[in-house]
Amino acid sequence: MRGQARLRPLPLAVAVGLLGATLLAGVLVGSAGLPVGGVLKALADRIPFVHVDSGLGVIDENVLFQLRVPRALMAALVGGMLAVAGAGYQGVFRNPLADPYLLGAAAGAGVGATLVIALVPGDPGYAVPLAAFVGAIGGVALAYLLGSAAAGRGNGTATLVLAGVAVSSFLAAVQTLIQQMRAEELQRIYSWILGGVGSADWHQLALVFPYALVSTVVLLAHGRLLDVLSVGDEEAASLGLSASRVRLTVLVAASLATASAVAVSGLIAFVGIVVPHVVRRLAGGSYRIVLPLSLLGGAAFLEVADLVARTVIRPGELPLGVVTAFVGGPFFVVVLRASRRQVDT
Amino acid sequence: MRPVRTLGAVMAIGVVTLAAACGDDDGKSGGTPDGKAVTVQAANGAVNVPAKPKRIVSLSPTHTETLFAIGAGPQVVAVDDYSNYPAGTPRTKLSGFKPNAEAIITHKPDLVVLSDDMDGIVKSLEKVKVPVLLEPAAKNLDEAYDEIGDLGKATGHEAEAKKVTDGMRADIQKTVAASSKAKGLTYYHELDNQLHSVTSQTFAGQVYGLFGLQNIADKADKASGGYPQLSREYLLKQDPDLIFLADTKCCGQNAAALTKRPGWSDLDAVGHDGVVELDDDIASRWGPRLTEFVKAIGDAVQKVQ
Repeated sequence: MRGQARLRPLPLAVAVGLLGATLLAGVLVGSAGLPVGGVLKALADRIPFVHVDSGLGVIDENVLFQLRVPRALMAALVGGMLAVAGAGYQGVFRNPLADPYLLGAAAGAGVGATLVIALVPGDPGYAVPLAAFVGAIGGVALAYLLGSAAAGRGNGTATLVLAGVAVSSFLAAVQTLIQQMRAEELQRIYSWILGGVGSADWHQLALVFPYALVSTVVLLAHGRLLDVLSVGDEEAASLGLSASRVRLTVLVAASLATASAVAVSGLIAFVGIVVPHVVRRLAGGSYRIVLPLSLLGGAAFLEVADLVARTVIRPGELPLGVVTAFVGGPFFVVVLRASRRQVDT
Repeated sequence: MRPVRTLGAVMAIGVVTLAAACGDDDGKSGGTPDGKAVTVQAANGAVNVPAKPKRIVSLSPTHTETLFAIGAGPQVVAVDDYSNYPAGTPRTKLSGFKPNAEAIITHKPDLVVLSDDMDGIVKSLEKVKVPVLLEPAAKNLDEAYDEIGDLGKATGHEAEAKKVTDGMRADIQKTVAASSKAKGLTYYHELDNQLHSVTSQTFAGQVYGLFGLQNIADKADKASGGYPQLSREYLLKQDPDLIFLADTKCCGQNAAALTKRPGWSDLDAVGHDGVVELDDDIASRWGPRLTEFVKAIGDAVQKVQ
């Protein structure tokens, strides 16, 4: 039974420690094979008022600070956002199987990115993430408008899910159509769809960070309200809470987080469903626990997945979306078997 | 034509059959000027082509270039969307990637030339008795010469085709001979700004191989059939002497754009004039303009040091 539990210090410390460790691993390991000592010294050198000679050459410094560090941060950011957005969606729909792409964010982003890749000649640069972002927001908005219009005044979550399915299918068809017309761009479109944070740099991080921050803060602030919602709309109303307003706020914030993640990393499945689920199994089902721990856990999980993606076939790279499913699937089964905790949502 | 790579996996299957099919130089040449049908060995088997076809449709930019180079241009009635060279080709909306048999047939072709058998197009055309020559992407220089010879034979321009290939051979040999400095230099050939590259096994890779250049992508090719995607870390670490951009058109890349990539401005090639901006088409087609590709490599080698 889910109590009105608070987040205890121990699981929080474990999650923070895990994220710290994976981040460090992400910075230390890579296909360029920099010396560990040199990397640690170079990192220490960046601490204000500390001066250490790292002994790294110009190229190595570039590899570390222009590629590896922003990439590690981006993986954590994207993973955290997808997981916390997934948890938010699950709270809104009262269904542990809801995922951040449920309402058409993925399909919308796909159409946006595909349009730009297929139609903009030359190097579209940041137009691709921008179009994916706009597309994701547009897809969710469309589903929401359709769902609200169809639901009338009743409880509209089921209708909303159906609207999301319809919008996703429609947008997927649009995307396929564009791809068919521009078959020669298939590879670029395909590699975007498969997802990854390989193109991360400081500029991209700066672009996406504000959205990530705002949406995450809003989501974390709604933990208690989602707990109340999970009991039922009537109970929520008797406590003076407007269920529909909470739902809308969380939906908007979670969709914003999803859209920013999709914009910089393409479609990375799995994180949004599995991470919150693992957190529930291990730490409890209250949203005041699930939201913050999903944020940290998702960040750590994607950090590890990206580490695998860029080292397994180095110097080549695997698509991140493939790795999340590959690594995450078996891991998930282990967690399910190991914990017999009953979680009703 | 980038899709040669994009669809590489699909084509690999088709190409396997090519080795056996190409290079039919056993003197079975038909095609007297006053017209008996000739038989040409293509990847889709022995094809009977009417003497001097007058309504040729080409769905391959490479073969379009070849047809015009050997003097068969006037016999060509329609080419695909991407056949952009030489100027004045009869370009249509026909596509080599999503070929449509009916659309091709409306041009009343007496010969169709293509490099990919997408969506079973070869079978469809054979069903309606249109002679089809499938001449897939060449895997090496000899195959490229063979295909030019095949097209010469099929169109009644055998002598011109031989002249073209002889000229290419001599030209390429001369350029390579003048570029002895290339031995041991490392290079990176960029197909797009996602750092997809080619290994020494690919057609383009073999052209570089003529010069004795070392390909940094070779170590990275674990499972990509000659077209690996390199990690950005690896590329910086390798710091190649020469960077060849075959994505100037598709992806708008050039030497200036490279300096904006994180960490690239400190690369040797970027700092010392070692970036070569190739024409995407010249770097990916295996037709008569190969000599220009070879010359671009030769010039780049001269500039290094």
